[in-house]
Amino acid sequence: MTRKQKRGLMIGSGVAVLGVAAIMVLFALKDSIVFFHTPSDIAEKGVPAGQRIRLGGLVANGSVVRGQGTTVSFKVTDTLKELPVTFTGVLPDLFREGQGVVAEGVLDGNGTFAADSVLAKHDENYMPAEVKKSLEERGVKLGTSAHPEDAAKTSAQP
Amino acid sequence: MIVEFGHFALILAVMVAAFQMIVPFAGARRRDVRMMNTAEPAAISQLILLAIAFVALMHAYVTSDFSVANVAANSHSTKPMIYKISGVWGNHEGSMLLWVLILALFGAAVALFGNNLPPTLKATVLAVQASVALAFLLFIVMTSDPFLRLDPAPADGRGLNPILQDPALAFHPPFLYIGYVGFSIAFSFAIAALIEGRIDAAWARWVRPWTLAAWMFLTIGIAMGSWWAYYELGWGGWWFWDPVENASFMPWLAGTALLHSALVMEKREALKVWTVLLAILTFSLSLMGAFIVRSGVLTSVHSFAVDPERGVFILGILVLFTGGGLALFATRAHEMRTGGLFQPISREGTLVFNNLLLVTATATVLIGTLYPLVLEGVTGEKISVGPPFFNMTFGPLMIPLLLALPYGPLLAWKRGDLVGVTQRLVFAIAGALLLAALAYAAFNRGPSLAPFGIALGAFVMLGAITEWALRVKLGSAPSDEVIRRAKNLPRSQYGTLLAHFGVGLMVIGIVGTTAYQEERILLMKPGETVTVGGYDATFKGVKAEKGPNYMEDIASFEITRGGEVLTTLLPSKRLYDAPPQPTTESGILASWRGDLYVVIGDPQGDTTAYAVRAYFNPLVRFIWLGALIMFIGGGISLTDRRLRVGAPVKSRRAAPVPAE
Repeated sequence: MTRKQKRGLMIGSGVAVLGVAAIMVLFALKDSIVFFHTPSDIAEKGVPAGQRIRLGGLVANGSVVRGQGTTVSFKVTDTLKELPVTFTGVLPDLFREGQGVVAEGVLDGNGTFAADSVLAKHDENYMPAEVKKSLEERGVKLGTSAHPEDAAKTSAQP
Repeated sequence: MIVEFGHFALILAVMVAAFQMIVPFAGARRRDVRMMNTAEPAAISQLILLAIAFVALMHAYVTSDFSVANVAANSHSTKPMIYKISGVWGNHEGSMLLWVLILALFGAAVALFGNNLPPTLKATVLAVQASVALAFLLFIVMTSDPFLRLDPAPADGRGLNPILQDPALAFHPPFLYIGYVGFSIAFSFAIAALIEGRIDAAWARWVRPWTLAAWMFLTIGIAMGSWWAYYELGWGGWWFWDPVENASFMPWLAGTALLHSALVMEKREALKVWTVLLAILTFSLSLMGAFIVRSGVLTSVHSFAVDPERGVFILGILVLFTGGGLALFATRAHEMRTGGLFQPISREGTLVFNNLLLVTATATVLIGTLYPLVLEGVTGEKISVGPPFFNMTFGPLMIPLLLALPYGPLLAWKRGDLVGVTQRLVFAIAGALLLAALAYAAFNRGPSLAPFGIALGAFVMLGAITEWALRVKLGSAPSDEVIRRAKNLPRSQYGTLLAHFGVGLMVIGIVGTTAYQEERILLMKPGETVTVGGYDATFKGVKAEKGPNYMEDIASFEITRGGEVLTTLLPSKRLYDAPPQPTTESGILASWRGDLYVVIGDPQGDTTAYAVRAYFNPLVRFIWLGALIMFIGGGISLTDRRLRVGAPVKSRRAAPVPAE
């Protein structure tokens, strides 16, 4: 093989690997990204049932009901709209009424959100960034986060 | 007073770094020996000053001096001593001080041990290193000063986040930082080489031990973080493709590529330009890691000490060094001559393949990590990119890499014999397939590709053993010659063998636990039993206890297997005093077969029933054991005479590579 051919082969195989990786990335991005919505977004935009999304907001006061076994239901609110959520599993340490929460899962046909993972930040004053931003965009006033330092999240994934 | 002393030392260190950046650099350009020689004392005094500052801050923590704002915000008088000490770097300001301390440590090490470096190169390297230190020192002094006082001092501190009060996490940040910051040396050498316009095999020989040391510590640092997340966060997982995890993983991937390309450069004088580029990129990824972790631009499961304004400063540092480095590369790289030629099928060829795949993998992780940020900036849509993305992109790239791995060390330089090497690997291939069949029979469930994953890991491990057997002529030479050869095999070779063996072990652990994890979530009353992974766990009830700085509800589970009582697991929920925060502590029964992992959730109303999650994680220990073996392999390789920092040049002939 000449030097030129070798260089061609090397560049060719490099381009091939990058090309395959790029195709995989595009497919994976199409299939595995999850959009973040607040209850108001869902009411306005109409997210189709069965599409995987992240739902963010506050756990509505007085809405947490422990059901059969390890199933828990609660409502997530952005103070304008609220959405009922069911979750089977162990809730994170800092899951609490009135606190920020992010749940991942799908909407069922009846307008209930079936979550398969629930995230809550590991700090009394902390609000998940997306939740805070979305609520602020909607003009909802929140108590200022006193010290976002020390923040860590816990999550529950059944 | 001690605090003010530390503060003063920190400010002096800024000035020393500025001096070290300018004077030796100018000296190297004018070939002025006196100016160049100032680099060494400057680097050492910078280290001493920062050590004084660090010890002063540590003193404030140990004595619980709450008149220091940083101590008041992050410590508490009732905290155990080990966490008072680890609290120094458990917060933003202190961790940045640790960062510059390690930067100075590496700089001083080059100053002390780099006696065989050409004087201009050494002066330039130390000047570049000082420029990085100066940027971070200015960052500390201007935005994140750990020595600010409070007046009046509060009666007690706010405490350290309880999930950080953990022995593995106490030492995770220093190891991780040695890794991150260690790559700064490779960066400084690369920039210096570009400025000098000269690069040769000797350059790679100087760079490789530093890169190896950084890589080792990054490996063990990431492994410790993963282990901590596994037992402390209570989700039973060990890796979440979280932005903060990716932030440390990307420099690791690029650093691994750098380690291998520097090898080609050292032995064959090829891939020079590429190696320099990788050195710049690896440290840039370290800086980006610092930016991601410190700025909080990405939502993460372990985002500590987040502050967007400081993020902008770090972004500035990132842009300056990455942009500057790449610009210099673009203008100067063509001046470097390319070296040794090789056929595609050769050891160089496999190392190029390794680099290609590792760098592509780094790129996919980078895309997955930054895509949410870019999309939100462009369209305002908020998204998250989860594990499925990384499994679909990163996973497939690792398959050819692992398949090629055992071939690399067995192929000859310049021109290799693929068929011959395959014949030598026949035992490894057969053994791997046998193990895959065994795994299939033993688990008899899970994804059908999983046994192949096990086979891949086994192939890498057996490949390493085969390589060793061939090098010492096991089975083909008399036993005394085998022993002699085993003794004479260079330590760097043993290091490589061990590291590769560790990779294989880790792959088996990853595949085993991912494919065959068993999980049960249920509500349990005292006296009830759950069966998982062949264990029976009987819930005995919950009792409240008081720890040093927390209250704890401890559940007890009696674990039996086949009727025989093995142990009692005590998972618990804690409520810390300061800050008042709950945490979950897992109960784990570890064995080679796998881990039984139990956590408790909330009690169900007024009843005695608790939500319980029980997992069986097969082979999960192999993940961290693999990382530990990689770390040890790196350490053994570092003790090789050829790599020893500052070793006399003539020692190079001491270790001829057997021509296999």
